[in-house]
Amino acid sequence: MESHSEQEKEKQFNERIDRGDIIEPKDWMPERYRKQLIRIMGQHAHSEIVGMLPEGNWITRAPSLRRKAVLLAKVQDEAGHGLYIYSGTETLGVSRDQMNQELLSGKAKYSSIFNYPTLSWADMGAIGWLVDGAAIVNQTALAKCSYGPYARAMIRICKEENFHHKQGYEILATLMTGTPEQKAMAQDAVDRFWWPSLMMFGPSDKDSPNTAELMRWKVKKYTNDDLRQRFIDRTVPQAENIGLKLPDDKLKWNPDTMHYEHGEINWDEFYNVIKGNGICNHQRLKARNDAHDKGAWVREAANAYAGKHAEKTMAA
Amino acid sequence: MTDKISKALFEYCLRLGDSPLILGQRLGEWCGHGPILEEDIALTNIALDLIGQSRAFLTYAGEIEAKGRTEDDLAFLRNEREFRNLLLTEQPNGDFAQTMLRQLFVSAFQYYFYSALKLSKDKTLSALAEKSLKEVSYHLRHSAQWVIRLGDGTSESKARLENALDELWKYTGDLFDMDDTDTILIKEGIVPDLNLLREDWLDKISETFGLASISIPENVFMMSGSRKGKHTEHLGHMLSEMQYLQRAFPGATW
Repeated sequence: MESHSEQEKEKQFNERIDRGDIIEPKDWMPERYRKQLIRIMGQHAHSEIVGMLPEGNWITRAPSLRRKAVLLAKVQDEAGHGLYIYSGTETLGVSRDQMNQELLSGKAKYSSIFNYPTLSWADMGAIGWLVDGAAIVNQTALAKCSYGPYARAMIRICKEENFHHKQGYEILATLMTGTPEQKAMAQDAVDRFWWPSLMMFGPSDKDSPNTAELMRWKVKKYTNDDLRQRFIDRTVPQAENIGLKLPDDKLKWNPDTMHYEHGEINWDEFYNVIKGNGICNHQRLKARNDAHDKGAWVREAANAYAGKHAEKTMAA
Repeated sequence: MTDKISKALFEYCLRLGDSPLILGQRLGEWCGHGPILEEDIALTNIALDLIGQSRAFLTYAGEIEAKGRTEDDLAFLRNEREFRNLLLTEQPNGDFAQTMLRQLFVSAFQYYFYSALKLSKDKTLSALAEKSLKEVSYHLRHSAQWVIRLGDGTSESKARLENALDELWKYTGDLFDMDDTDTILIKEGIVPDLNLLREDWLDKISETFGLASISIPENVFMMSGSRKGKHTEHLGHMLSEMQYLQRAFPGATW
């Protein structure tokens, strides 16, 4: 009887999805839908938090005060995005502490792009332009996803990401009008970040285990390959505009499909970095764990203080 | 404006620009490493305000000097001995207690200082003081609340706060040091007499320490030197890092 009513609920849920209804926190949802959302939103929030590290790496070395201020503001935005999305996962019944523990233990994933090192100032440009550019393509699609809190978060976050994308592009554009050393610095950054940014969209559709289910529930509206193609199509002309060469000899416009064709992505590298073998995997996770451990006494002090003052208020 | 006054004003604007620059640079080191996410946001936010203040004062310094130097020329192409930031601002972040106590000392100073500078006869300084005052009011509230929480939190947090106090108190005298530059500009009604701010500053610190259950140290010999560009060894390392790109690629535009 009970399983019958569960089936009935799931049927109604699917009908709501088909109608294009937005699912809200208090609505009934299949356990699997909840889990998938927690996984995706968690990965997204963790990526924002870990993503602060490669860019934080250049705050103290930004080459002008304006660039320093802009970079500080960008990293601050990322912390805010992380906080916002963690609040979103709380609506699904998972606390921020639990999410954080999963990140620190290495159980939860975050975007592999942040396991690549930032080796020059131009990397701040490449991350803004390519990494945030790829994130915008992903997130613009997610802004129409079926889960209300996540969709609304994406609308707000995309606005800020658009700023970051423009700022990143402007960093590279400035370098490309500069000295030969600056141009080489910009090109080198793009050479290193182009392929990893294509990998940000995840495995090719035929190897993506979650895609079918997520599309059925309208969490995802487009496949990984569709989104990747959209990113490539919009990015190639931007590279050409400022004289950057994308490191793919097979990249060419196909007038029949009206899309760019591109070379094969090195999926071995992709899976290797996911498995923990990127140059910065260990360093990133260690930085987060160190911050957490070194901050323990601060959090304990804040809790103790709040406890004491709650007692005083009660007594008074 | 006579030569003597404009030279003094240039010197004074370097002080006003260098302190927030160096403290903002220090706070930037925390980015991504804070004890809680909210503090990552707060520390970055304070750093951002301070860098903004620095840009405004250094730009004005360049205008007063009238040799075509920009905020970036002044920030990235001067050496240790030419920097006029307060000794406190260059002290290492240490732990969170040291960072917050340093912030309290500087923010409380800036709060009373900007309140007085608002009355400057120099319209630019007056306007910049008014804008900065809004920002440092928040920095002061934030850092004072943390100092209270840490002092009245656990025995560990209190011990750490007291340790930070040992490290930092000796640099607080430098906040109020004055020299000929001050004398010239005070006479013109351009800048406040720092002696008149000391009591308010001390009251604020005493009040905060009272709530934090810690005491102001006695008989501490006060360090000085920032007015003459005599710094601790920490500044040179900060500048090497901060100025690296501008030094490595002279004349490039970023």
